[in-house]
Amino acid sequence: MKSLEELKAIREKMQGQVGLRAEDDTVTRVVVGMATCGIAAGARPVLAAFADGVQKKGLTNVMVTQTGCIGLCKYEPIVEIMEPGKEKVTYIKVTPEKAEEIIDQHLVRGQIISDYTIK
Amino acid sequence: MYRSHVLVCGGTGCTSSGSQHIIEALNTEIEKNGLKDEVQVVKTGCFGLCALGPIMIIYPEGTFYSMVKPDDIPEIVSEHLLKGRIVSRLVYKETVTDDGIKSLNDTNFYKKQHRVALRNCGVINPENIEEYIGTGGYEALGKVLTEMTPEQVIQTILDSGLRGRGGGGFPTGLKWKLARNIVPDADQKYVCCNADEGDPGAFMDRSVLEGDPHVVLEAMAIAGYAIGASQGYIYVRAEYPIAVKRLEIAIRQAREYGLLGKDIFGTGFDFDIGLRLGAGAFVCGEETALMTSIEGNRGEPRPRPPFPAEKGLFQKPTILNNVETYANVPQIILNGPEWFASMGTEKSKGTKVFALGGKINNTGLVEVPMGTTLRTVIEEIGGGIPNGKKFKAAQTGGPSGGCIPAEHYDIEIDYDNLIAIGSMMGSGGLIVMDEDNCMVDIAKFFLEFTVDESCGKCTPCRIGTKRLYELLDKITKGNGTLEDIDKIERLCYYIKENSLCGLGQTAPNPVLSTLRYFRDEYIAHVVDKKCPAGVCRSLLQYYIDPDKCRGCTLCARQCPANAISGTVKNPHVIDTAKCIKCGACMEKCKFGAISKK
Repeated sequence: MKSLEELKAIREKMQGQVGLRAEDDTVTRVVVGMATCGIAAGARPVLAAFADGVQKKGLTNVMVTQTGCIGLCKYEPIVEIMEPGKEKVTYIKVTPEKAEEIIDQHLVRGQIISDYTIK
Repeated sequence: MYRSHVLVCGGTGCTSSGSQHIIEALNTEIEKNGLKDEVQVVKTGCFGLCALGPIMIIYPEGTFYSMVKPDDIPEIVSEHLLKGRIVSRLVYKETVTDDGIKSLNDTNFYKKQHRVALRNCGVINPENIEEYIGTGGYEALGKVLTEMTPEQVIQTILDSGLRGRGGGGFPTGLKWKLARNIVPDADQKYVCCNADEGDPGAFMDRSVLEGDPHVVLEAMAIAGYAIGASQGYIYVRAEYPIAVKRLEIAIRQAREYGLLGKDIFGTGFDFDIGLRLGAGAFVCGEETALMTSIEGNRGEPRPRPPFPAEKGLFQKPTILNNVETYANVPQIILNGPEWFASMGTEKSKGTKVFALGGKINNTGLVEVPMGTTLRTVIEEIGGGIPNGKKFKAAQTGGPSGGCIPAEHYDIEIDYDNLIAIGSMMGSGGLIVMDEDNCMVDIAKFFLEFTVDESCGKCTPCRIGTKRLYELLDKITKGNGTLEDIDKIERLCYYIKENSLCGLGQTAPNPVLSTLRYFRDEYIAHVVDKKCPAGVCRSLLQYYIDPDKCRGCTLCARQCPANAISGTVKNPHVIDTAKCIKCGACMEKCKFGAISKK
């Protein structure tokens, strides 16, 4: 280690990883439905897309997690985004491509993509 | 990028309850379910709740599974990791509420804790330096080397009020200041770490080394910069194989990353650390004996002065701090001395780690701000005493400390309060005793330990502790006299005053403090020839209550000494002359007819 910058680079790379283990009330939760119905409809790549995207954008206050079936199997893959103090937003029939858009628009800029939400 | 982290405790407690098999099963199941790229299994250090091991936490949900068995793993993987359904039957019951699962941090065990030294224990993989860096590791070293002078570092530690966590409570900053200034032209100085944790029932330092070894390396490098040393030694017990292995890995990784070695951060500062294994002699936890042992000699203490700050290891100026003391240092540098001084009491700042053991529900490791009451630690965090028994006393400071009786249950734990009631902080072992513990027997137990561990160099300790033990033994056997109690007291003071090192000077403490608070128990042993707690075998008598005995003959058949006689369907009788007081009959009796007095 010859400089503080090198240390900083490792820290930033690892922070997204280790940061997952902190419990915090101020984080936004991205919850992907991962029951049989969700998985069959393709929730797994969606979950991976969220996990990767959040890491890539360096969103430290976002946690990606999963849940079981919420009963709306025909709309799977379903992704719910819960921001502290705001109403839950439910996206339906999400694909990895849509996931990237949701990260860009919703998680980064705070704009809900109403085309993809449940009506 | 892993979406989920499964943290499995790899501390000594959970390792011995089989956490390695859990990790193997997890890896197999995760592979089988095709989750290898999504889920990461991390072996961490101690979470603190050793009584519930093996322990596992799954993030990001923060689900806390306890007492997990390898057979449970397929269910956890297919339900929780694959489908996101928490396996509620395995969840730590304290976290289950009517409206779902609450955070671990809201449970009684964790709520009142404040983790500074244990910050990373149970959170990071101790065998991966990058995880330590990810939580801010080595930042303090960087800050010290690039922004601060050695004097500023020492001043920061002084201002924080940090005192030695090994037991004595000497101000750490002052120790560093002495070592920096006392011999201005020393060609070599040393930084040592005392990881020779030997008190029965203490495992704080072991857990820090197992869970977060880099914090000790970083703090030692900071200390090296502060006093002007380029070499450090960690003296660790060979009986801590996991700690030794993780320290070796940590030192190797730190060297690879250039965080130990030459020209750290390009500042021209050199510092390296060597590991020295102790062979398990208790006296080697004493500073002069420890350094003698590092030098390759037989671990025996020597008189002070000269103090190590002037002539320590290899006759060079040396500082020696305890593992937990070091674990606080990087956080003090990063958060400032005011932050640290804001925790704790007037003269004892910061937090203290305690290893809870004995008659307590949550056996394990806790860290609380100084000044937390003993009652809070035992009743709330420790979950109280099992089987509804009554708190009798707590032993702090191991064989060098004393007991805190129930009348001081609400004492605020800090260095000075404990000294005032005849105990001491010690390194942090806290052994809880209930009404079934005999205080004379406890004192005898600790004395037996010190007799065994006395190095034999000075007479008061070598012979004094032995004679003291014999007097206690005489009392527990029912042969003691009131004069013996006075003799014990005199001998205690004699040993304290005349012993060469801390081992002998503190060895009589358990006797003196039990005498101070439980003199009536000593007197009961001597005058009434009774052990009120029913522990001392020689003073016990087993009886069969003729009204309760149905004459089933089970006890008579069980008795290894043939001391029980009687015929079928008639009350049996124990021949007290033959009885060896093993208690086998009492255990077997289905009618509760046998009792001991």
